[in-house]
Amino acid sequence: MVPLSYYLVLSGILFVCGVLGFLIKRNIITIFMSIELMLNGVNLSFVAFAAQWHALSGQIFVFFVMVVAAAEAAVGLAIIIAVFRTRETLNVDQVNLLKL
Amino acid sequence: MLHLLLFLFFGTLCVAGAINLLAQSHPINSALSLIVVMASLAAEYLLLGAEFVAAVQVIVYAGAIMVLFVFVIMLLNAGTEERTKGSRIAILLGVPGVVIGAVLVAWTLLFHANTSAVSIGAEPGGPHEIARLLFGQFLLPFEITSVLILIAIMGAVVLASRPDAVAKRHHTEAPKAMPELVGAGKEH
Amino acid sequence: MTPNPNLWLIPMLPLAGAAINGVFGRQSSKKAISAVALTFCGGAFLIALWIALFQFSSASAPYYFDLAHWLRSGDFHVDFSFYLDQLSLVMMLVVTGVGFLIHIYSVGYMWDDNGYYRFMAYLNLFMFFMLTLVLARNYLMMFIGWEGVGLASYLLIGFWFTKDSAASAGKKAFIVNRIGDFGFLIALFLLIKHFGTLDFPALFANIQPLSPETAGAGLLTSIGILLMVGACGKSAQIPLYVWLPDAMEGPTPVSALIHAATMVTAGVYMVARSHVIFERAPSALTVVAIIGALTALFAATIGIAQTDIKKVLAYSTVSQLGYMFMACGVGAFSVGIFHLMTHAFFKGLLFLAAGSVIHGIGGEQDMRKMGGLRSYMPWTFAVMGIATLAIAGIPPLAGFWSKDEILARAFDTSWVYWLIGVITAFITSFYMFRLMYMTFGGGEYRGASSHDDHAHASHGHGHGHGEPHESPWVMLGPLVILAILSVFGGFVGLGNHFEHFLDPVFKVASDPGLQEPAREAGEKTQEYLLMGVSVAVAALGWLLAHTLYSSRPQLPARIADSLGRLYKAVANKYYVDELYAVLFVNPLVDGSTTILWKGVDQGVIDATVNESADTARHVSDNLRHMQSGNLRSYAGWVAAGGAVVIAYMVWMGVR
Repeated sequence: MVPLSYYLVLSGILFVCGVLGFLIKRNIITIFMSIELMLNGVNLSFVAFAAQWHALSGQIFVFFVMVVAAAEAAVGLAIIIAVFRTRETLNVDQVNLLKL
Repeated sequence: MLHLLLFLFFGTLCVAGAINLLAQSHPINSALSLIVVMASLAAEYLLLGAEFVAAVQVIVYAGAIMVLFVFVIMLLNAGTEERTKGSRIAILLGVPGVVIGAVLVAWTLLFHANTSAVSIGAEPGGPHEIARLLFGQFLLPFEITSVLILIAIMGAVVLASRPDAVAKRHHTEAPKAMPELVGAGKEH
Repeated sequence: MTPNPNLWLIPMLPLAGAAINGVFGRQSSKKAISAVALTFCGGAFLIALWIALFQFSSASAPYYFDLAHWLRSGDFHVDFSFYLDQLSLVMMLVVTGVGFLIHIYSVGYMWDDNGYYRFMAYLNLFMFFMLTLVLARNYLMMFIGWEGVGLASYLLIGFWFTKDSAASAGKKAFIVNRIGDFGFLIALFLLIKHFGTLDFPALFANIQPLSPETAGAGLLTSIGILLMVGACGKSAQIPLYVWLPDAMEGPTPVSALIHAATMVTAGVYMVARSHVIFERAPSALTVVAIIGALTALFAATIGIAQTDIKKVLAYSTVSQLGYMFMACGVGAFSVGIFHLMTHAFFKGLLFLAAGSVIHGIGGEQDMRKMGGLRSYMPWTFAVMGIATLAIAGIPPLAGFWSKDEILARAFDTSWVYWLIGVITAFITSFYMFRLMYMTFGGGEYRGASSHDDHAHASHGHGHGHGEPHESPWVMLGPLVILAILSVFGGFVGLGNHFEHFLDPVFKVASDPGLQEPAREAGEKTQEYLLMGVSVAVAALGWLLAHTLYSSRPQLPARIADSLGRLYKAVANKYYVDELYAVLFVNPLVDGSTTILWKGVDQGVIDATVNESADTARHVSDNLRHMQSGNLRSYAGWVAAGGAVVIAYMVWMGVR
């Protein structure tokens, strides 16, 4: 018997790590991976609550989150490739043409 | 007891993988750490009784998405991250923001949450049960996600294709030939 | 009270004339303009005359006519209503009659002016407002007329507005008038507050039962003094007389009509109309009398040393108005109105004749450059002589009857008033005959055939100048008519006929303590004695003028030299204008510039607008750095924002 809050703490830690990775890392692919980490943390939260409240729709939602994450990863990586072709760099600090 | 031990073991694995992702400088190491995280999360899902989700996690996340990531890293020949002058705001505002948010959530969870304990395999989520819901109550979102994946495939193909495949008349020098990347992670 | 449906025509006809001339005058011929102006003004005069002769009867007086509703506010209501009793009848006849004569005169005088249509339109406009004033049934209608004649006066004084002095004189007249109007308004507010109505019959019926206030400052005393402030402004009494001499910048018919015969008498009319209030406020009445007496003397002394022919007449007007106020101040309201009427005749005549002189010598107004005009302008000399005799108070001309009555009634109240009146009569006679001798007397014409810059630009003739000439009959006709009135107009005062005519207005019930003392035998002797004294001083004044300006012309310069500083002070109008400039005008102008313009307008209003624009610019200048194009900084902002949202949600959840 594990208290639910343990699962939620674990989920929170994963999420925070994801955000920190997003803020700290400079490689665009690593940033993408941090986003996936965030999504995983949230998935864990969903499944935990599904278990607590005996609502299977929590797990269904995880399913959909995964689908969307997959689609997003595909398109995002395609964009990275396109950017890499022109800018020849994977450093996000050097892709700042939209600055004011 | 066993439940708690298993939870702590796989939880530590998760956290270690996450921190390793932050710590490593080469993206391929970060990707491998992420795979570790996903695998441990699959185990956690199993502890909660979500068998189908755990299986899908391994197959889709670890098996397709992470493979895609590794492919792209190798394709683009990503090297070690070099230190460039980044954004101060991100560090000054973002990190404290995240920390504060985390502290608040933790505080809420610890002192104000009215949650109880979950037992091992609390909500069994086998294919039967999942399917019953997926094709019953959630049929519409299910179909829409298939459309979404189709769009993602098209988008990825267009975005990642070589320029001279699109504009045949221009004499732009095409970079070295790259294999056509198929849209990953399709689940239908 | 009986209704009279023709009353509204009398003010409205000149208004129609003003509108027609104002709108269409620019492209009309001068004949058309004159026809319109004279027709409408003459029509008003004819209707007034017809009402006076065929419709008016003391038994059914007063008449009224309600034209339209105006203000309704709870119990308080004011309408556009007209009112005709004996007092307004006299005023109406004087205004329309003298006004019409002056309109005829203006046709000749202003014919060569470019703004002819404007002048005739303004004259008609003035007639409208003045008639509204005298025919008003309530104080607010009177105030409309009051303000309106002030407006017409401003427009007409500044008629030649391209001339700086004329424009400034117009402004000065209007502003000084406004100061008086302020007092008038406060009096109106007090009346509304305490009596709830401004309608003359209703208001005076409310005030009738009140007993006279003996202890200084009560409600009626305050109202009376405030009304007198308004009258001081309009009728040029101390301390608000300073605009009248400057008003001579306007054309001479304007000076005759507005600043002699009608507008400046509006104050006297108002005081007479408010006699119910004043009779119950003896302190206010005393104030009126004192102001009138002092002004009469003060202005007369200034008139001695003036060299501009119109300025002499202007100060003479101020002085004579002082007489009228003194008469009202001792309770003899009908006598004041009597003098108002005779003064309209001879002062109007004096101004018009002066205009004839100025017109005849090509625009010169300085009397030192005149002289010997008697042979060139015999008719003008004759009528001006008649007017001078009238104003000096030589019997049996009109001025004698009215002025003597004032002096007699003043003596009944206090010999001080009488003495001031007598001295003023002496000085009046002196400076008027001085004017006559300087202008018409002597042998040769001092003005050369060259004209200097004093000539009004718009005053040229078609024919050659240099030779003074008589004026055309369109100008002389009204002069002759006014002269006849000056000679015979005083006879209505014989046997107190005029006074008894006005009795229903001024002697409503047995007003306490202001009964006319019965004339017994001993009183008759006193009356003749006083009469003799006033004639004697008039003759003395003539003699002195004759001595100084005819037989021994070298004396005035020697006397002026020996008096030195005193003469300079008198010649410079006792430096009153300069005093006002130091006390009021300069502080106001400086204060406005420093505080209101630089402080408020530039410092607060402009600064606020500019500062807000600058602030927006600075803020946006600093804020734009937020969009750096750097992905990680955006992420940082999002994280911070997310923390804020989480904090808020936790706080809400915990509460």
